[in-house]
Amino acid sequence: MASTIQTATACILRGFALFAACGVLSVHAAELRIGLAADVTSLDPHFLNVAPNNNAAWHVFDALVHVDANVRIVPGLAVSWRAIDPTTWEFKLRKGVKFHDGSDFTAEDVIFSLERPATLTASPGPFTGFVKPIIAKKIVDPWTIRFKTDAPYAMLPYDLNSIFIVSKKAATGASTEDFNSGRAAVGTGPYKFVRFARGDRIELARNDAYWGEKSAWNKVTLRILPADTTRIAALLAGDVDAIENIPTADLTRLKADANLRLEQKVSWRTLFLHMDQYRDQPPHLSDKSGKPLAKNPFKDARVRLAVSKAINRRAIVERVMEGYAIAAGNLVSPPVFGHVDALKPETYEPEAAKKLLAEAGYPDGFALTLHAPNDRYVNDDQVAQAVAQMLARVGIQAKIETMPASVYFGKARAGEFSFALLGWGSFSGDLALRALVATPNAEKGYGAWNWGRYSNPKVDTLLEQGFATLVENKREALAREAATLALKEVPVILLHHQLASWAMKKNIAYSPRTDEYTFAHHFRPQ
Amino acid sequence: MPPPFPGSLHSSFRALSFSMPVFIIRRLMQSVLVLCFMSLLVFVGVYAIGNPVDILINPQADQADIERAIAALGLDKPLWEQYLIFLKQALLGDLGKSFAYNIPAIQLILERMPATLELALAATGMAVLLGIPLGLWAGLAPDSWAGKLIMTGSILGFSLPTFWVGLMLIMVFAVELGWLPSNGRGPTTEFLGVAVSFLSWEGIRHLILPATNLALFKLSLIIRLTRAGTREALLQDYVKFARAKGLSNARVVGVHVLKNIMIPIVTVIGLEFGSVIAFAIVTESIFAWPGMGKLIIDSINVLDRPVIVAYLLIIVSLFILINLTVDIIYSLLDPRVRISEARG
Repeated sequence: MASTIQTATACILRGFALFAACGVLSVHAAELRIGLAADVTSLDPHFLNVAPNNNAAWHVFDALVHVDANVRIVPGLAVSWRAIDPTTWEFKLRKGVKFHDGSDFTAEDVIFSLERPATLTASPGPFTGFVKPIIAKKIVDPWTIRFKTDAPYAMLPYDLNSIFIVSKKAATGASTEDFNSGRAAVGTGPYKFVRFARGDRIELARNDAYWGEKSAWNKVTLRILPADTTRIAALLAGDVDAIENIPTADLTRLKADANLRLEQKVSWRTLFLHMDQYRDQPPHLSDKSGKPLAKNPFKDARVRLAVSKAINRRAIVERVMEGYAIAAGNLVSPPVFGHVDALKPETYEPEAAKKLLAEAGYPDGFALTLHAPNDRYVNDDQVAQAVAQMLARVGIQAKIETMPASVYFGKARAGEFSFALLGWGSFSGDLALRALVATPNAEKGYGAWNWGRYSNPKVDTLLEQGFATLVENKREALAREAATLALKEVPVILLHHQLASWAMKKNIAYSPRTDEYTFAHHFRPQ
Repeated sequence: MPPPFPGSLHSSFRALSFSMPVFIIRRLMQSVLVLCFMSLLVFVGVYAIGNPVDILINPQADQADIERAIAALGLDKPLWEQYLIFLKQALLGDLGKSFAYNIPAIQLILERMPATLELALAATGMAVLLGIPLGLWAGLAPDSWAGKLIMTGSILGFSLPTFWVGLMLIMVFAVELGWLPSNGRGPTTEFLGVAVSFLSWEGIRHLILPATNLALFKLSLIIRLTRAGTREALLQDYVKFARAKGLSNARVVGVHVLKNIMIPIVTVIGLEFGSVIAFAIVTESIFAWPGMGKLIIDSINVLDRPVIVAYLLIIVSLFILINLTVDIIYSLLDPRVRISEARG
């Protein structure tokens, strides 16, 4: 009798011990709440190509090619890729990946996802540009796909980073509403869709069957808090655990807070000024009395160099950006493919600038208007004001006109400005050059954002060669050569690279990213 | 000449029966004209600014992609053609799909409307329930410390900017004291088919700060109006007569004075309700309250024309409805208005 009771007690105690041990060994039930800075308009990953929507999509979906924190491409749902001939790329897919509904990921889903963007015609920012170069797709076996392009095209892996892979079964015939309600939001990503309250929050749950590194959080809430002060107050009050996009004026204060951690990394966004180099009498450019000039001063490389030398980039970084920027000598930030370390930011030499202007025939300078948006980039209107003041010191009378981005870009594209501010983020130096300094050519798709219409045929040739060079290091060499050649002639006035910042509670850490994305799965408890 | 008391219900109904339908129909016809004009104005305005493709297009896109996107949205057609297409669809009840959200604009606005209306009604309720008693108090005892304090408070209430007051409320009550949440709307429950948050304690906690922020201006207005009305009414003969008759102070103030000062107050509350909904934009932005106001600001920033047009049409309709209601209540409260309408 006594031994039975003893045995029973022992069993019960052992049971409790096991139970307690299980509790300790089980995965931490941790929740993460992040405050995002911009509204997510739709959870349909193929509808609108804007950063906030893509940021949210990366939590639920994957792409064939991923990008690491230094914006270099790494394997995603494709484990490897190579060009088997100049116009054919072969991608090997990852085996054993399952969608959130348990179905298998295969090449069929990839083909479906690549063809879906073209069906969404009512989009102001479609994804179709990324799949345009592909003229044929072939499924060799369930884990191998071949893509044919009409000419050698090196950027295909980069383009495929932008197309999210959705489940063919769940997304066939799905509308945007189906994704927002979750019915079609079936991906392979680190989180599963739980709830989307438009304009308010996105709720996600951990995908325990994820093929990659499992997230530390089993529940994630992405709160949408576009007003800067609201976002910061939410972090200080403890309503969210981490926030992104902190205004420079608040960074110093948050850095000093003992309960918070700040993570920063150079962003891929570079700010620069376009100069009109194609019209003889550009608008808003005149002599100091208002009379139009005999010729366009920006067509003379000496004038462009003078303007660049007149700008004190260190002062802009230290005073306007409060130290949270890096002076730019390249179109792309330091970690980005194609960055040339030898190209340093132009030195501040106002006397040399005045001499160059006199040499070029403008001893008394001239007058211009600097146009800039006032709600698009970090401290954009203050940067414009600083630049205008610096130009005044070398004799160029600069007026400033800033306006909301909704008005600015339409006018800029219509050619209404001759000296205009633009910010650009790219994960490849040659892509930036192609969009910003290549000779505008609608057919080839070059120079779409080259407002100044700077033109150097040698640079165009180097870029063309680069995009057809399928070996990465050769392409990088060509990109660097093109950048050096172009930037020597000052096609744009480079200013600085922005810094991306995140603030969070002291007990969590984030691996900061150059592409400014905020991923819940890259937050780790400390 | 003392104002007559509101007449018996019977005469009210008789007067209503033949003037009201004509009145309402006339109003509705005017409203349709206003709505048409409004939509045309927005169309021309947004067209003059630009198109959303320039703002939302992928930077990697080339000229051909941009042209194609513009054409797909119908933005390459001339202005008059775009407007006629819009009118044709509007008459069928379709105000277009949002460019940025890709769902019908009306659905987008109507799903956010309960949040804004809840906030606006909470703010108005707070302003009325606090404003009238405080105003009466200040009017009945203007020289007491309480009266003076109330009046000073009301000056602060309408001179401090809503934006700043909201941030201060968040910093004090959410960040420093931690008593209330700093932003957002609480959990919602279904009530008569609409999602409301005031039925739960958590929801009320989220509602307190934004409603207070929004109510402040109107509260001050109502306090001052009530006080002025009370001061004026107390000097009237009928109050002296009622006191002479031996009525208690409570009845004199609560029934006779209150009823007679209500007319201007009701008018102002009605007109101000529309502006509360409009001002909710600032409060919604600061408190991240998922209402219509935030939606319209975001839509203007990306030139999402269908949403802008739909929002303004809905708001104008709301204003028209509110004004109509106020006029009807006005005529019910004041028989002089009814009698003059019946005659003319």
